[in-house]
Amino acid sequence: MIPENLLDNPVVAALKDLATAAKLEFDELTVEIAPGSIVEALRRVKKDLQFERLTSVTGVDRYPAEPRFEIVYHLQAIAKKQRLRLKARVASDPCEIESATSVYRSANWYERETFDLFGVRFAGHPDLTRIVMPDDWEGHPLRKDYPVTGTRY
Amino acid sequence: MADVKDTGVLDAAELPAEATPVEMPNDRGVTSERAVELDYHEHLKSKSGPRSMVLNMGPQHPSTHGVLRLLLELDGEEILKAAPDIGYLHTGIEKEFEQKTYQQGVTLTDRIDYLAPLSNNLAYCLAAEKLLGLEIPELAQWTRVMLAEFTRLNSHLVWLGTHAIDIGAMSVFLYCFREREEILRVFEMFSGQRMMTSYFRIGGLALPHPRGWQKRVKDFVDIFPSRVDEYEELLTTNRIWTGRTKGVGYISLEDMLDLGVTGPMLRAAGLKIDVRKDAPYSSYEKFDFEVPTRTENDVFARYQLRIEEMRQSCKIIKQALEGMPSGSHQADAPGIVLPEREKMKTQMEALIYHFKIVSEGFRVPEGEVFSAIESPRGEVGCYMVSDGTQKPYRVHWRGPSFGNLQSIPTLIEGTLIADVIAALGSMDFVLGDTDR
Repeated sequence: MIPENLLDNPVVAALKDLATAAKLEFDELTVEIAPGSIVEALRRVKKDLQFERLTSVTGVDRYPAEPRFEIVYHLQAIAKKQRLRLKARVASDPCEIESATSVYRSANWYERETFDLFGVRFAGHPDLTRIVMPDDWEGHPLRKDYPVTGTRY
Repeated sequence: MADVKDTGVLDAAELPAEATPVEMPNDRGVTSERAVELDYHEHLKSKSGPRSMVLNMGPQHPSTHGVLRLLLELDGEEILKAAPDIGYLHTGIEKEFEQKTYQQGVTLTDRIDYLAPLSNNLAYCLAAEKLLGLEIPELAQWTRVMLAEFTRLNSHLVWLGTHAIDIGAMSVFLYCFREREEILRVFEMFSGQRMMTSYFRIGGLALPHPRGWQKRVKDFVDIFPSRVDEYEELLTTNRIWTGRTKGVGYISLEDMLDLGVTGPMLRAAGLKIDVRKDAPYSSYEKFDFEVPTRTENDVFARYQLRIEEMRQSCKIIKQALEGMPSGSHQADAPGIVLPEREKMKTQMEALIYHFKIVSEGFRVPEGEVFSAIESPRGEVGCYMVSDGTQKPYRVHWRGPSFGNLQSIPTLIEGTLIADVIAALGSMDFVLGDTDR
């Protein structure tokens, strides 16, 4: 659902056919994108709207709701001094979304981190391995069903 | 004749005619396009042919300022490939945020980056205050600016000292730490702590200003510019220093933007980008300062840029000292800000608030915010998601070191191994900030 008052926002207008929802809260624009077209959306904001920097990629676990994960992309347009948040929901099965590395190279480590801590797979990522946890670690610590105490998962 | 043969010198004819490249099947069945396989001994065998070798630099290497492991594939002294391996300092801080109340979370931010505790406090508090819709009194805002700039000086001084030591200039370190000691005394005076300050709290400051802080800050501001001249005297025209830093560590601006680099690295490449100017927070718009830039884009330019930043920070501190507004150090928000000690002991209502805040924290309205500030190392971003309870639902820490480190392969591949130390040092990363 895109609210009426956001329809003439240039960012929302450019993403209108891909967006499923949008909101402007605390002066921060968030556009929710259908998970299948996130790379297309990122390509568009980079090429047409001059969001030349991908600040970070991360996840939010909405367990036990489905689709479970929100993958959050923070972008910045340096010359226009704008920031933008794109979001895509990923279900727990198949827990996969297309990788943004073909658009922004900086997505590489952030996606590895998100994979490491949430277990969301990024299709087409050049090296999807754990980055902060040991290579042989079991489980993904930032999931809400991952315990905080104890020695075993 | 027999003695001559025993010298151990091999005849050219005795050497193997041609070494064959070593085949390296991955026995775990994992397909990986990583430049160097990070698997026990396998990574020590080179992939690129008989001429190259793999060197494991770190994790306990003095120039990595923490525990960064770099796998370097070398051809002689030239670096063919570099693969940084991080995660040695991962402590699950993002997970821990979810278990602490909002106010308790402030203490975790100190521990993310030991050289910039107050900058991190600020990013976290700004995010929470944005969600709460709190208005922070001017006095608190100006104090935050002043101490955030002290933090920048603190961080840049440690950087300059250790960077110089890495390259071989021992004495600069001693001078830098002399001034850093003064800064730590200022922190101690304000917060009671030298390093893990936690002085900025959601709603303002932890404590009112200490008695006599003006004199200590004034003494520092008066002497510091001449001390910066002293560092420059030791380094700027030093032939060894310029020889080791000029023309070293080049990386194009396009690459940096694409790889997520922020802060002084970008400014040394000529891009005037600074969150303090672009999206002023905590009343930075009221201060008069310049954002220095350089265009040479090498290690020397980054050094000069940070020297200039130190002068600008000193200017900001001076303005804050002279124009410090009066008023309360905390927002007028009962239920969020702890009541004064005196009131808590004499008034029933204040006691109840005190008990509630300490025992269960305060509720933060539902929503999500991203607050960005300019830390000494670049852009710190705090993405905070609230579900309306007393604990954050999710806090993501976008540390500048993580983004900057990603550019290491692009920065050092194709250069000489002797320049790696200089190039890495010019990046100014803290591994705690990278791994969280």
